[in-house]
Amino acid sequence: MDLFVERVEDYRATVTRCAATDAAAVIGSVLGAGLPAGSKVVVPPDLPWEVVDGVVDSGLSATELDCFAAVVTSATVAIAETGTIVLTHGAGQGRRAITLVPDMHVCVVRADQVVADVPDAFALLDPVRPHTWISGPSATSDIELSRVEGVHGPRTLHVVLLT
Amino acid sequence: MTTTFVGMPPFPSAARTALADTQLRTNLAHATGTIRAKRTAVVAEIDDWEELRLAGAAIKDNALMHLGSHLVRLETALAERGATVHWARDAAEACAVVSTVARSHGVDEVVKVKSMATAEIGLNEALAAQGIAAWETDLAELIVQLGDDLPSHILVPAIHRNRAEIRDIFASAMGEVGRAAPDDLTDDPSRLAEAARLHLREKFLRARVAVSGANFAVAETGTLVVVESEGNGRMCLTLPQVLVSVVGIEKVVPTWSDLDVFLQLLPRSSTGERMNPYTSTWTGVTPGDGPQEVHVVLLDNGRTRALADTVGRQALRCIRCSACLNVCPVYERTGGHAYGSVYPGPIGAILNPLLTGVGVDEQTDSLPYASTLCGACFDACPVRIDIPSVLVDLRAQVIDAHRSAPGHRHVPNAEALAMRAVSWVLSSGARLGLAERGTGLLGRASTLLGQRTSPGVAVRWPGCLALGRRGRMRATCPLRRPSRSGAGGGAPPAAAPRQVGRERSFGHPGSHRGSAVIGRPVAGACPTVVPVLA
Ligand code: SF4
Repeated sequence: MDLFVERVEDYRATVTRCAATDAAAVIGSVLGAGLPAGSKVVVPPDLPWEVVDGVVDSGLSATELDCFAAVVTSATVAIAETGTIVLTHGAGQGRRAITLVPDMHVCVVRADQVVADVPDAFALLDPVRPHTWISGPSATSDIELSRVEGVHGPRTLHVVLLT
Repeated sequence: MTTTFVGMPPFPSAARTALADTQLRTNLAHATGTIRAKRTAVVAEIDDWEELRLAGAAIKDNALMHLGSHLVRLETALAERGATVHWARDAAEACAVVSTVARSHGVDEVVKVKSMATAEIGLNEALAAQGIAAWETDLAELIVQLGDDLPSHILVPAIHRNRAEIRDIFASAMGEVGRAAPDDLTDDPSRLAEAARLHLREKFLRARVAVSGANFAVAETGTLVVVESEGNGRMCLTLPQVLVSVVGIEKVVPTWSDLDVFLQLLPRSSTGERMNPYTSTWTGVTPGDGPQEVHVVLLDNGRTRALADTVGRQALRCIRCSACLNVCPVYERTGGHAYGSVYPGPIGAILNPLLTGVGVDEQTDSLPYASTLCGACFDACPVRIDIPSVLVDLRAQVIDAHRSAPGHRHVPNAEALAMRAVSWVLSSGARLGLAERGTGLLGRASTLLGQRTSPGVAVRWPGCLALGRRGRMRATCPLRRPSRSGAGGGAPPAAAPRQVGRERSFGHPGSHRGSAVIGRPVAGACPTVVPVLA
């Protein structure tokens, strides 16, 4: 667990640990702190936590999604060794587009979803589902091979870890 | 066949020009130095890195050994999941498929994920000829495209450009093809990334057709994988209604769980990260999520020719990580353009001649000499491609080709040619460890030459096929990396150990070169890789 947190933070993403019962409150404060007032937040259908003023995705177009500042989802698996979260875009995670177009992604991970390494994750995953493996915010090394965060995907990744 | 840039001079003269460009050399030395240090650090974190390399090589070798059946399996799995599979023997056929799909949707533009295969086949030019603009969306590809330039590195095609040059390109060229760069653009990399984000977002949001490659294609499930950093890949793979992926046939891996090895090897070797920011996998069409029309173009374009080369076929294991470029003393000094191909560096020096054949053009024939044979590329390669041995073998093939060509009486000694070609690249041979590796390779060269000319000598499969199926290794062999936590069970042992370590008969036993062709699918019939005699 500590390794997972350390590795996620290495990518300059933020991790907040909290008790499962506090999840909704923590999500609210993460969004409140990270976004200007009045920002729109999209959530997938079946998200297990209440997001105040969250708009449930009902097949929003890419252009419509571009008006949202943030998205809140759950995850399927998280990998400690590499600091990776894996989405398989089912219940609580939504279509791939909703975690892509908004600039901030708040991803809620349960402690029991964290596995040690990549082979462990593969053993739990269903290849037929589309997958998005996320290791930190969008980044590039294309300018002089130095890493810069923030290109096309969400520039802010905030992981809420339910312990 | 368009693996090399039309009209490029052979490596020695192109390299001489590049060496005179001090800005280029400074940019390259800085960039490759940075990446080497990062790679070394993250590779050192993995205790069983060597075992992972062996596993990666074994999976790929086995995939290549049964390529025909894996491809048919892949096609079936894709079709079952709603994808349309196309087979392309060469660049022209692949380009025709993509442009037909694009035209059938009436579009005049497509967005593209960085893909070596589409660069290899010259897709952008082919689409432009049909009035379709192909927008590169990877930051480095965008820099190359806007700068009207050529790529010079597999991973970072604009590695030869520094931040100030990139700023100037963005400031002058973005406005001509879409949203202009901000007036106050500086050369701060985060400002440059921001400019790319703004410029490309309007293209992502409106695009109806996307084109990608794939890093891996899983035969058993029909799953394609794209490994990336910026999120431009996700944009292309997710937002448009139509997705066409051009996939070299060597990208196939047999099973889903094989991917775990490559998703550990690739990011660490490539960008020197524990994991790249984004990896996307998709299996045909997912109703209600992402593209609803999915095409996969399986591309040969010389790969079966390479497969028929008993020494060179190991190059098809390549996962395009670019580690071999970053450690290569010749690449670091000459840059990628001197190789005259989308595949530069050590891998380019073997892959281009393998794909196109030797004795065809002078430029390609010069590539096997673009090396000191120092062996750094082999040490860095995550799938253990023995590039120096392949180079030596290709040099022999080049000499054979020239010897048999009409009017060619003077046959230079292979090693003499090699050393002449690189001597001026290097101010000191000792600096590059030439002495220690060169001699050994001369010995190996003669062995290979001996094998090539002695009928009946069995040429072993290169690499580590003798390890057997990885599924078996997972269960019984310490070489297969076990899960460190003990969770996540392994595949069952294979029924019987496979007889490996012998030449696949793509020709007569002992004949060095056969060839293999992909049979054309006729009226729904399955294509097969058919060995034919040379
Ligand atoms: S040859 Fe090896 S090191 Fe070079 S790009 Fe291919 S996989 Fe990477």
